[in-house]
Amino acid sequence: MGKGMEHRAGSVMVVGGGIAGVQAALDLTELGYYVYLVEKAAVVGGVMAQLDKTFPTNDCSL
Amino acid sequence: MLTNTDLLALDGKPGDFTVKVRQRPRYIDADACTACGLCTQYCPKHHLDPYNEGLSLTRPIHIDYAQAVPATYYIDPSSCLYLQHETCQICVPVCQSHAINFEQQPEELELNVGAVILSPGFGKISEETLKKFSYGKHPDIVTSVEFERMTTASGPFLGEVKCFSDGRHPGRIAFIQCVGSRDLGCDNGYCSSVCCMYAIKEAMVAREHDPEVEITIFYMDIRTQGKEFDKARQRAESIGIRFVRAKVGDITPWRNQLQLTYSTFAGTHEFEPFDMVVLSVGLESPRDASGISDITGIELNKYNFAKSDTFNPLTTNREGVVVAGAFQGPKDIPESVTQASAAAGLAAGLLKKQRGQGIVHKDYPQEKSDTDEPRIGVFVCHCGINISSVVDVHKVENSVENMEGVVYHTDSLYSCSQDAVETLKKTIIEHNLNRVVIAACSPRTHEPLFQETLKDAGLNPCLVEMVNIRDQCSWVHAGEPEAATDKSQDLVRMAVAKARKLKPLPEQTVPVTERALIIGGGIAGMIVALSLADQGYESVLLEKGKTLGGNLGLLNHTLSSNETATHLKKLVVRVKKNKKIDVLTQAEIVHSSGFIGNFSSVVAAGTGKTKKEHTVDHGVIVLATGGHAHRPDGYLLEESSRVITQQELEKRLAGRAKNRAPDSVIMIQCAGSRGDDLKYCSKICCNHAVKNALQIKKINPDSQVIVLYRDMRTYGYAEDSYREARLKGVVFIPYDLEQKPQVYEKGRRLHVQFFDSLMQEEMDMTPDLVALSVGIVPDGTEDLSKLLKAPLTDDKFFLEAHVKLRPVELPVDGVYVCGLAHGPKPLDETIAQAQAAAAKAAIPLVKGSVSVDPIVSSVDEETCIGCSLCVNLCPFGAIEMIKVGKRRKARTISASCKACGICASHCPTFAISMGGFTNEQITSQIEAFGRATEKETAEV
Repeated sequence: MGKGMEHRAGSVMVVGGGIAGVQAALDLTELGYYVYLVEKAAVVGGVMAQLDKTFPTNDCSL
Repeated sequence: MLTNTDLLALDGKPGDFTVKVRQRPRYIDADACTACGLCTQYCPKHHLDPYNEGLSLTRPIHIDYAQAVPATYYIDPSSCLYLQHETCQICVPVCQSHAINFEQQPEELELNVGAVILSPGFGKISEETLKKFSYGKHPDIVTSVEFERMTTASGPFLGEVKCFSDGRHPGRIAFIQCVGSRDLGCDNGYCSSVCCMYAIKEAMVAREHDPEVEITIFYMDIRTQGKEFDKARQRAESIGIRFVRAKVGDITPWRNQLQLTYSTFAGTHEFEPFDMVVLSVGLESPRDASGISDITGIELNKYNFAKSDTFNPLTTNREGVVVAGAFQGPKDIPESVTQASAAAGLAAGLLKKQRGQGIVHKDYPQEKSDTDEPRIGVFVCHCGINISSVVDVHKVENSVENMEGVVYHTDSLYSCSQDAVETLKKTIIEHNLNRVVIAACSPRTHEPLFQETLKDAGLNPCLVEMVNIRDQCSWVHAGEPEAATDKSQDLVRMAVAKARKLKPLPEQTVPVTERALIIGGGIAGMIVALSLADQGYESVLLEKGKTLGGNLGLLNHTLSSNETATHLKKLVVRVKKNKKIDVLTQAEIVHSSGFIGNFSSVVAAGTGKTKKEHTVDHGVIVLATGGHAHRPDGYLLEESSRVITQQELEKRLAGRAKNRAPDSVIMIQCAGSRGDDLKYCSKICCNHAVKNALQIKKINPDSQVIVLYRDMRTYGYAEDSYREARLKGVVFIPYDLEQKPQVYEKGRRLHVQFFDSLMQEEMDMTPDLVALSVGIVPDGTEDLSKLLKAPLTDDKFFLEAHVKLRPVELPVDGVYVCGLAHGPKPLDETIAQAQAAAAKAAIPLVKGSVSVDPIVSSVDEETCIGCSLCVNLCPFGAIEMIKVGKRRKARTISASCKACGICASHCPTFAISMGGFTNEQITSQIEAFGRATEKETAEV
């Protein structure tokens, strides 16, 4: 990504790269849009990446 | 993807926003970093690992976890010796790919976007609140997030639960619920909705690690209101996890344990020692919520979450900005995922005209024709030291030297790294390879990457064969390096044999009919139709009744909105006026055939003489069939006019009758639910009871309202209304399933007999009215399940493809579900789910064609005897019988085939083969294995 103004028609910005942000970004690309996923941490994944297993099925869901 | 990035400003209008962001430096060049980890080994400074909640140490230069995306290390400037003190820099020469760059500066970017989705998640409960529970005073009091990291097998203690004080295994663990939730003391009046479930999960996981551990969960109400959640609680109880309804007053260190003081609902005070105390912390609004609000101009509610309303749960006061996930209100993963899809759909609806303009299309070189003799290349991966620490990689690599067809072999440190993939591509072209064997890790995770590489190199993606010498050799035989190396050689030899027989398989695409069939004209179905219309797609909306509206028509108001009727009316008008929506009332689906993108259904609409059958061609199906109130036996519901349901009570309260809010009312929760007739919790009944109780108090403040309940599940913000009801004098008394309230008539009086667990005595009261909170049962799911081959849960709701990650899709491709047909849920959740289903359903419509995985079954017409055994066995309805000349033959519907192989394994004449797994290929693999075994036997 270069400096300065980026211009892409029909793009969407998603702020926050947790499970909700990542899912929204994936769905948007499938729906035909360019997505900027903006995350304040160094990795995406959010809190869900800290979880061992998830309810109600107690699997890892990764 | 912009990580390490902060949002600075948002200007402009929907369709044309200008966003300013600042990207903080990683100090590592992402393109050059191979994530080898050498830098972390050499870095001399310790750094508390926030990913492990500070339970372990890492270094300033690190990666959070091995699977992190982006898979690039980064330097935390707060503790790096160079960035703080301009010393050290030991990492710079260590890095072999010269990726470390301390010259990097923060970069400001300006982006032009059409819409914004805010999903910043949630924040942590403050230290101050935790201190009230003695957190910090004793090392064995931990938060549930810390406990989660402790129980994680890949966490800092490899899943071993131990006390921080002395390292012993705790014999007794206590969970304390509602820490930082349902607590006005910390300004969090709401219920965080997820803690009961995660506490149960963590308790069960802890038991898996140590079956001896005794676990007690101290709670006020167990709120397992989600789909299938009650079953998890029952499982927990059945393995001996103890649930105690009590308020914990104090936690004090006592000898080497922690003494808990708690008061039960019956009014007794108890003391009990535990080895470890876990605080089930709630979800708070994100720490920078007000910052986000300042930048984007969206309003927050009183708890600092995004403000939303029931009918538009995801839209904000700023047009073009939508919210999703826990920022919209505390919620669990399935609901966050649902909202995310819904938000994506809303953004897509907003930017309909610009769709597809921003997408970068990738071009592949023309595929080479497959006429030459096999030229096989074998690539053996070290996987860092994952494989090579056990398996002798060079021996494995050299073992292929003289094998038939092998023209090239090499090894690689990480076959999947970006540079290795590029080398693979060049090697394929340079050596004119036409078959590739990769001995590395699991094809489940990495086959798509290598298939993509083959495509880039002009080969058919099906010409790669992967051998999993990591999971199947170095991991499982870690203690026997020689045997692991032998096995690797066997597997590679077998793969080479198979590779010689590999055939290119065509990638098929099938065009899509750009129309949806929506079954059910309630709120969910109408929202789906409108969302699809917003995105530019037609739909046919079937309603079995005479009018649109469904259950919403029966509601007068909700806990947060008084305008149910007006909203419904507006919605119906919008649906009817919309040219893209074709409404058929008194309509039912009679027959449906086809597959994703190409369904054809017969619909009967109208009654009597006007009844007509229509054939509808459509690409997707959305099931929004709804549900209705269950009418349980045993509560005199049908026998007495003074026993009514909450729904009937709501209608009565909205009327004008003088005595509509009588002087004494008893409400019975879970009448017929949660193990009574219905096994599940219907999620909305507690809210419904609180809503009606408040309404009664509004009309007749002197009325005595008693609510008999098992757990009040007023989760989320509804907790505020529950509190309000208590303040207004509504009495809430818990009961057990074993001691259900009895309703009977004696003379002219209506009696309710129940055990008052607060006063500890049997009560017999004679109320004017009894309102039953009855559950919800789904409508017509069994017939549709048979028709569409879509599975149901035990409770007859549709079963989603994946509970958490694909909550609105069914296992049958092209079929989606929302609303009560998926499970009981309130209005706002139904609306968000309908929007999500519409977004998901739009995906195949947007693509215009569906691509079919090349690995599908195919029938050889010559050998097929037309017995149709395969048709009956196929679980996906993916095989049909056709007439070829005068004979019946089976044919695979490629788009529906899931490549399970059941048909091929049962075909009596071996007429069916699976692409990529043909009999010939598998036989050659077995023969290759056998050859070595014979040789070994001969040697012995």
